[in-house]
Amino acid sequence: MFSSFRSAVRSNILAAGSTWRTCKILTFPFPQKQFSTSAKAAVGPTSMTQKVIAGGALASGLTASFLLYQDSVFAEAMTAAEHGLHPPAYNWSHNGMFDTFDHASIRRGYQVYREVCAACHSLDRVAWRTLVGVSHTNSEVREMAEQFEYDDEPDDQGNPRKRAGKLADYIPGPYANEQAARAANQGAFPPDLSLIVKARHGACDYIFALLTGYPDEPPAGVVLPPGSNYNPYFPGGAIAMGRVLFDDLVEYEDGTPATTSQMAKDVTTFLNWASEPDHDERKQLGLKAIIVLSSLYLISVYVKKFKWAGIKTRKIRFTPPKN
Amino acid sequence: MSKGRKIVLTLTPHQSFYTTLYNTVFKRNSTFVGTIFFAGFLFQPALDSALTAWFENHNKGKLWKDVKLTLNGAAEEDDE
Ligand code: HEC
Repeated sequence: MFSSFRSAVRSNILAAGSTWRTCKILTFPFPQKQFSTSAKAAVGPTSMTQKVIAGGALASGLTASFLLYQDSVFAEAMTAAEHGLHPPAYNWSHNGMFDTFDHASIRRGYQVYREVCAACHSLDRVAWRTLVGVSHTNSEVREMAEQFEYDDEPDDQGNPRKRAGKLADYIPGPYANEQAARAANQGAFPPDLSLIVKARHGACDYIFALLTGYPDEPPAGVVLPPGSNYNPYFPGGAIAMGRVLFDDLVEYEDGTPATTSQMAKDVTTFLNWASEPDHDERKQLGLKAIIVLSSLYLISVYVKKFKWAGIKTRKIRFTPPKN
Repeated sequence: MSKGRKIVLTLTPHQSFYTTLYNTVFKRNSTFVGTIFFAGFLFQPALDSALTAWFENHNKGKLWKDVKLTLNGAAEEDDE
């Protein structure tokens, strides 16, 4: 029996062995009878195992149904209104993978921040120098900084002194501290806007929707706490900041009509830049990284295939001992 | 099959391109490494300026240098 099997293998190998660089799966003509015992084993799991599996599936199905039912019986405290209305997805010109900010919009947005938002909101983490070459020229930013007073070193008698702002200074906020900010805003604290775009779900879309989303009247039945305003995008709907943007509130130097939505768009773009000052460079480097890394990857795939070709197509021959 | 492999570099009067390439670049480690270094130095700025050109063209009109052109007397400013 075995010797006939062996000779069958040998003749098969020799037949296939005439072409050297081919990768073939050798099929051995096994006598069917030898494996006749396997027919019984192929029946599979016993009926006991089947029962256990079926029972487990039934139990988990029932548990899931029960939990789903339980969940549907009670109303959640966090309703859609509590979460705030989801903002629409706007078509920002910097949305694309390789799209930079619109720098003209950043420049207008700074003007809106300065003339409107800066009355209540600080911008602690933005230094004057970072505006240079982004939205303003060097001398413009110097001039802007000089209009603010900063603490200087004390004089020889130890008396505190003041000096004009420099490029290296950070943009000063409207209030000395949080208590002063709350006192001026009926107890509500206007958050620092440096990172606000990153700090809110919906990012730009949320800020824009919030600024433009004040209806003239709150919907019927909505009861607002004193000193608050209705805005469906703000979680809970009652926000301490009233509507601040109205048509023609500012006058743009480039002649862009200062509609409410234009100002909201510009200030949001500006705040997005404040949150992500590295945005433009990041996208440019990303392009480079994608090209370089994917080329290196493809080269490494090629080199691997090249180096392995000889090994993968090698055929191992077995020459049985002659006796 | 059992004869083993033998690499024969025939030198004909007209050397093929690959023979020239092999002899000038790959044959000696010094020239090979030198070529890699030199190619690296050339490749980096070439790729950089090509990608920057594409990127700035792709975002034309939105960049700071476009805004700067619209400002009076800002052209001579150094704002890097
Ligand atoms: C009159 C003062 C005032 C002005 C002006 C003002 N805000 Fe506010 N702002 C507030 C206060 C107060 C809050 C806190 C609201 C709250 O927590 O209920 C706030 C909150 C915010 C928030 C955070 C909302 C949130 O999700 O927590 C953003 C964003 C914001 N303001 C943006 C702006 C922008 C942009 C401007 C300029 C166009 C602006 N604000 C102008 C007072 C002001």
